Amino acid sequence: MSTTTPVLRATRADLLRARRWSAVWIVIGAWLFLNALFGYVFDYVTYASGDESFSNEGQSRAELLAGILPQGVPDHLVQGMPLFGGALMMVLGALLAGSGFGWGTWKTAYTQGPSRTATAVGSLTSLTVVVAGVVLVTLACDLAMSLGVAALQSHDVVWPALGDLAKMTGVAFLVMEMWALIGYLLGVLARGPAVSVGLALVWALVVENLLRGVGASLGAVEAFAKLLPGTNAGSLVGGITGTTGDNPGVIDTVDTTRALVTVVVYLVVAPLVALALVRRRDVT
Amino acid sequence: MNAHDTVDGAPELVVQTHDLTKRYGDRLAVDAVSMTVRRGEVYGFLGPNGAGKTTTLRMVLGLIRPTSGSASVLGRPAGAADVTARTGALIEGPGFFPYLTGRANLQVLARMQGLSDTAVDEALDRVGLGGRSRDRFKAYSLGMKQRLGVAAALLGDPELIVLDEPTNGLDPGGMADMRALVTDLARGGQAVLLSSHLLAEVEEICDRVGVIAGGRLLTESTVAELRGGRRLRVVAGPLDRALAVAMRAAGDDGVRVERSDDGDALLLEVGDDGVPDLVRALVAEGVDVHEITQTERTLEEVFFEMTADKTLEAVR
Repeated sequence: MSTTTPVLRATRADLLRARRWSAVWIVIGAWLFLNALFGYVFDYVTYASGDESFSNEGQSRAELLAGILPQGVPDHLVQGMPLFGGALMMVLGALLAGSGFGWGTWKTAYTQGPSRTATAVGSLTSLTVVVAGVVLVTLACDLAMSLGVAALQSHDVVWPALGDLAKMTGVAFLVMEMWALIGYLLGVLARGPAVSVGLALVWALVVENLLRGVGASLGAVEAFAKLLPGTNAGSLVGGITGTTGDNPGVIDTVDTTRALVTVVVYLVVAPLVALALVRRRDVT
Repeated sequence: MNAHDTVDGAPELVVQTHDLTKRYGDRLAVDAVSMTVRRGEVYGFLGPNGAGKTTTLRMVLGLIRPTSGSASVLGRPAGAADVTARTGALIEGPGFFPYLTGRANLQVLARMQGLSDTAVDEALDRVGLGGRSRDRFKAYSLGMKQRLGVAAALLGDPELIVLDEPTNGLDPGGMADMRALVTDLARGGQAVLLSSHLLAEVEEICDRVGVIAGGRLLTESTVAELRGGRRLRVVAGPLDRALAVAMRAAGDDGVRVERSDDGDALLLEVGDDGVPDLVRALVAEGVDVHEITQTERTLEEVFFEMTADKTLEAVR
């Protein structure tokens, strides 16, 4: 018998099943593809073709190029995360939590593994490791693509400040992790991946936008919308990068500090609620 | 002293439930079940579909909370972390990741328990899945899935193994192998709590049996006790005089008349010493004795006698 802690054992077990699941790689691949396409490819094509009207209205060609060169990586890293990245991480969390109910794998684990709490904490830790990996790989891809742009344009490479890079990587992790943990909670709540993934996508991509729209004319709805995860993730990224309106989901609805605190509250509350449900509910 | 006995000579109880009850709304799924499973025995849990077997097992494993009553496993509350670590279970079908191979599925469980891959390979070999362990779970037949479920339950040599219908989906050869495996486990000191609808299987491998119907535990005893003593089948005539003599020997409620096209017969239980007395009494009363044979009740007959009453009650 191993001397490692139950949580560490459960984390290793969960990482093993996660890394061998093609669905996990498909979701991560979809994010990296979207990030490359919307973050670099379209901007570069727009710049190279000289057509300033293409999705970058208001930005000069010089600004466009600066954004996709290495010094623009910190801002670029986080801009797709409040909406697309977050939605895909929420799908990932919902899949990893919800699928085990239908397949009966939670039941199997609870009858012969460590405690339910240790098993769930291990699973949440494994999800966190995956999200951290996704953020780092996204950073590496962004750096690689920006270096590619610099090489194509024979532009001098100006590296971003290490502090900026670290700060934005931290923000990226907070935003992506928040969505992943909310997805995990939805997977536990719905006890299945289908309903939770569907709800998550509709919520992240549609409902929050609608509520923010309605909130412009209704004070109570506006106050409610300011508590929502997407609004706060978007406001955190918008506030910290100072770029709102350029990317979907990046907004300035909520003050940056308040947005940061709200994101952290979601990061703490979502796993705690999921753990409470896992501990208390009957497994049928 | 037996290796499985405690110091005071009493058998060590691996599972003990007290008035275990589970209610879903108006429906009483399990009604005050008190059962015991001892170390080193194979305990058969018998009952018709919907009797409450799986619900009881789920409570014993800590998967669901009882509405009232309690279950202790290995001396601790059911479902406690230090209990599940010493328990293996296959309950209501095997639950595995379909995209992983059989071996990788067990590796996931082994990682959770801190076991090596050697333990995984041993468990796979023990259920005869060694040759197919690198196939994906979703490609397995029903029987292979069931074997993998049993292999998972064996991981880490748990002290209690709970198997819910373990021979489901197995071919006759696989069923025989599974029975041999279960017997072997008990011989090694592990307690096996087994639910089954196959009475012959229970009769063959179980030391003790609990019969459950309508959520209530009707009886708990050894298979031999449950089947009762030997039974006499008497073909004699005239029937009314033979019946009167038989009732004097076995009591008014101790005789049944078995009707058939080949002729009616009397079924009654008397001790070995009572047989000559019965024959003498029949002859003395002028009864013609055509045939007298000793039979043993099968578990199936006992089971149906017990559960039929309960089922009728439920229907009413």
